Amino acid sequence: MKYVLLFVGTQEDQDRWDAQPKEQYQAAMAAAGRWFGDYTKAGKIVGGEQLQGKVTTVRQQNGERVITDGPFIETKEVIGGFAIVEARDLDEAHEMAKTWPGGPVEVWPVVVEEH
Amino acid sequence: MVRVLGNFDVAEEVVQDSLVAALEKWPEQGIPDNPGAWLMTTARRRAIDILRRDRRYTEKLALLEGSPMAGDAVEVDDRLRLIFTCCHPALPQDGQVALTLRAVAGFTTPEIAAAFLVSEATMAQRIVRAKRKIVAANIPYRVPEGPELPARLEAVLAVLYLMFNEGYLSRGPQAAMRRDLAEDALWLTGLLDRLLPNQAEVLGLMALMQLHVARSAARFDAAGEMIVLPDQDRSLWDPEGIATGVRTLDSAALLRRPGPYQVQAAIAAVHAEAKSWEATDWQQIVLLYNTLLRLSDSPVVRLNRAIAVSRVAGPEAALGEVNDLAMVLGDYHLLHSTRAELLDEIGEHELARQARLRALELCQNPAERALLERKLRG
Repeated sequence: MKYVLLFVGTQEDQDRWDAQPKEQYQAAMAAAGRWFGDYTKAGKIVGGEQLQGKVTTVRQQNGERVITDGPFIETKEVIGGFAIVEARDLDEAHEMAKTWPGGPVEVWPVVVEEH
Repeated sequence: MVRVLGNFDVAEEVVQDSLVAALEKWPEQGIPDNPGAWLMTTARRRAIDILRRDRRYTEKLALLEGSPMAGDAVEVDDRLRLIFTCCHPALPQDGQVALTLRAVAGFTTPEIAAAFLVSEATMAQRIVRAKRKIVAANIPYRVPEGPELPARLEAVLAVLYLMFNEGYLSRGPQAAMRRDLAEDALWLTGLLDRLLPNQAEVLGLMALMQLHVARSAARFDAAGEMIVLPDQDRSLWDPEGIATGVRTLDSAALLRRPGPYQVQAAIAAVHAEAKSWEATDWQQIVLLYNTLLRLSDSPVVRLNRAIAVSRVAGPEAALGEVNDLAMVLGDYHLLHSTRAELLDEIGEHELARQARLRALELCQNPAERALLERKLRG
């Protein structure tokens, strides 16, 4: 079953991440890269990307599509990236999330089409 | 998807069906010498009700309780899986409690709704949501192993303790029509201990519940009014039940894995073995609270510790500690009622009255409210 792992944090986390010294940034990126690499080798990763914290929202307002700066719900939450993983069950998805070298991870089960 | 749903619902049904079958047979054929390990509560409780009325079966009952598990490994696994699935941390805790009562303890939805004083529709929705999440998120039907187990077991124990407290705190006249959640929680904890033996904290929680239940006859007077510990008639306590609780705690201690439930049970044991409120070994209780704070620090534990401190170091010292907690526990009725008791002790009756009024504003439980109102009337 597929799960989307969202790597979340606050805007402050994002700012700290961006402001960290170069070596530290590279080490953190390398750790994240290893996480992706290991699980990809194990056949557990279907896809994933790192995201820039430059989000806009397109939504309907009075029947018109309007574009606004920021995420849909006005939170301080930032999604730093995501991975689509193939896990046996929720426990395995949680185990993968636990080994993520960064901050909090949201685990979203993907809709399974009924046949 | 169907696989998981299949597993969960089938397991639930199998557990219930086999018990119903057993119940139909037993009255005709008698209880077998080795009646097997797992028995669904609905059925089992019904059996126990019958057995309790019929003393001839007392021995059989003992046999039933202590029956060896070895031959029933598959069924043991199924029951245990069911418990861990119902108490999965991906489910909201009220859903965990409801589902455990429904699937493991065999409560009907109306019974659970009544136990938690919510409408049947609300409870039905809570259960359906939890079941749907099990299916949709593919929450596995398995017993966690290795390093996963302690945290998951803690979640199960939290559900059982919540269930117990809900039943225990709401005994009394209003609760007369409600199924006794405390008894069920105790039974489930015993079941868990049989399925997953030698877990110190499971035994610790069981001891804690046994020590509470053993003293429950003294908690309400004939009119159904709640009686607090200092005023309880200790001759109403059940010495055998207390001894059982202490024995359970001893067997937990032998495993040398201390934990918060064991310490709480030890505190309950010190109370249970004291001849009176005054003769209680308060020094020992303060020490146990210190241990508990090291294991799991929380403002509520600190509040309880303050009561023991008042007996050792006097009400002023305790009042200082309680006041320090006012920031974090300002909305907790027991903070204000504890303050009121301490203020009364130092002669500040007007301040005590105000604290009690605040407690009354915050308190939902009918028995506790009645107690506060009685004190306010003087």
